[in-house]
Amino acid sequence: MAICEYLPRALCRFPAISDSYIRQARQVIDEGFKGIVREYGSIIDIVVRPLQLFLNYLERLFTTSPWTVVLIVMLLVVYFGSRSIRITIGTAIGMVLIGVVGLWEDTMTTLAIVTVSTLIAIIIGLPIGILMARSDRIQGVINPILDVMQTMPSFVYLIPVVVIFGIGKVPGLIAVVIYAVPPMIRLTNLGIRLVDKEVLEAADAFGSSPGQKLWNVQMPLALPTIMAGINQTIMMSLAMVVVASMVGVGGLGRNTLQAINNQFFTFGFLNGFALVAIAIIFDRTSQAFGKRLQRHSEVVHG
Amino acid sequence: MASHGIEIKGLYKIFGPRGRDHVEAVKNGLSKAELNERYGHVLGLKDINISMPAGGITVVMGLSGSGKSTLIRHINRLIEPTYGELIYDGVNICGMNERALREFRRHKTAMVFQKFALLPHRTVIENTVYGLDIQGISRSESTKKAKYWIERVGLSGFENHYPNQLSGGMQQRVGLARALTNDADILLMDEAYSALDPLIRVDMQSVLLDLQAELKKTVVFITHDLDEALRLGDKIAILRDGQVVQQGTGQEIVLSPADDYITAFVKEVNRSRVIQAKTVMKPFDGQAEGVRIGATTTLESAAKTMTENGQTKATITDDAGTPIGTLDLQTMIAAMVTPAGSETSKMAAE
Repeated sequence: MAICEYLPRALCRFPAISDSYIRQARQVIDEGFKGIVREYGSIIDIVVRPLQLFLNYLERLFTTSPWTVVLIVMLLVVYFGSRSIRITIGTAIGMVLIGVVGLWEDTMTTLAIVTVSTLIAIIIGLPIGILMARSDRIQGVINPILDVMQTMPSFVYLIPVVVIFGIGKVPGLIAVVIYAVPPMIRLTNLGIRLVDKEVLEAADAFGSSPGQKLWNVQMPLALPTIMAGINQTIMMSLAMVVVASMVGVGGLGRNTLQAINNQFFTFGFLNGFALVAIAIIFDRTSQAFGKRLQRHSEVVHG
Repeated sequence: MASHGIEIKGLYKIFGPRGRDHVEAVKNGLSKAELNERYGHVLGLKDINISMPAGGITVVMGLSGSGKSTLIRHINRLIEPTYGELIYDGVNICGMNERALREFRRHKTAMVFQKFALLPHRTVIENTVYGLDIQGISRSESTKKAKYWIERVGLSGFENHYPNQLSGGMQQRVGLARALTNDADILLMDEAYSALDPLIRVDMQSVLLDLQAELKKTVVFITHDLDEALRLGDKIAILRDGQVVQQGTGQEIVLSPADDYITAFVKEVNRSRVIQAKTVMKPFDGQAEGVRIGATTTLESAAKTMTENGQTKATITDDAGTPIGTLDLQTMIAAMVTPAGSETSKMAAE
């Protein structure tokens, strides 16, 4: 740029720290991080061991059971969750198609990891959301963390996850949970904060303790929003299993990854549609279930 | 359970982060406007002194912004007082710790809200047992009590409906049943009937009066409606800008309003429903003429009795039936129409 001729250098080109400094800093941080991981590796293993066992157990249960049993159980869950014949039939058709094209086992693997990660996201997200709703200060601390978790490209936090946990199913699971937990936390917090102040005042006036208020009033009234959070969490876990396949998670995600690498157009789309089918089944069932919980609010006095 | 009165002594409420620091200044005459302008604090209540009788209905009346809802929330400390005392059964409510306050709320008070504040996910019966749930009473026992009160407020058959399925009047009956099931001595009613249609409101007032005749709770009733206040209140306190302007029986307020503000308020009131026979009777002169009427009968029902019996005179008797005075139609009509003297003060108030 011509204008640079008349300006001091520092105002024209950004005065960056010299490369060697940055290289040094990177080395120190990376080494320190790896050192910590080496130091506490055995403890980390012990901590994630139950996760590993649970995930393996569920995956084996899903993949080794006869497909007829799995399908029947699945249809029962869908029916009693949604009480809708239409959704149940849709589920049957979707799952049969998946089986016909030979993706049954991969789908089971994916189902197992999505189930586990959703459960973990709920177990982690619910209490954090409740804490956030209780105090503005906690909300002030957690909100920016959630912002970072949601906007940070998922490939980036795969790096520390892999450094800490290595390659495998559990690190993939952890990456999925990190990605899927923010909506659970946010919507739990929001749901509790939106509870009618008058009803809360009534609960106070009758002498409710904070725990009684939480379980009798806040949680039931926040439930529709919390259900929306669970729904979002499921959807995000499904989206993330593809990315997580890069660190060794099997199932439909790995097939998709292979299809990208080898330009298997048809195979890629088949796997994609299988994921979509599962997503729709989860979504419709959980929404219908949430709606059913809210029956009392539908009948309005005319 | 014997009722106890509530004694409010020198109560101040200043909204704002440093309310306590400004109490002294307000006591020394700092006005509400000045407090707001200079310190950004809002004066909610100023030097409230009310003695609420045990087993009676005390009505706190005022227009919006007068501090009446703030006042009732001090009795169960939903709002923390800035300064002053509230004594119930010898205990200062303001001095209770969290635990004692919770016990006090559970066992001594029950509250009915303007917008009902029912739990939408619970049925009528589940809402009614709420207070007992909180006290840790088993459902089998609490359901029995709840059923009784649901019947008393006239909601039998609706036990398993959700609040959303009921009309406003019915929802408030649930609110009332919920409060009564708590079996508490103090019943706090925060504009409980303000959201209801006029006819339903009168209906609910009758429900409250009937129940109160039997239960004799210490009721604190908030309203902006003077007719409602006069109908329900054994004692009425009128609030304006966070201060008590006048307190006394309905009769005292109608017959001798403390200032122009209250005069303007009472001028539309149906006086014959407020003034009692003994207030305007002539001393007994030994001649028992006409029908016999109780001393506390209102002029309206006295006039009704007299016309039904075709009499123009009546003998007023005390509780024991002893004649204590006489009354004729002329005197009654004079008392019913606004006296000429108050006509001028009414003009001044406008």
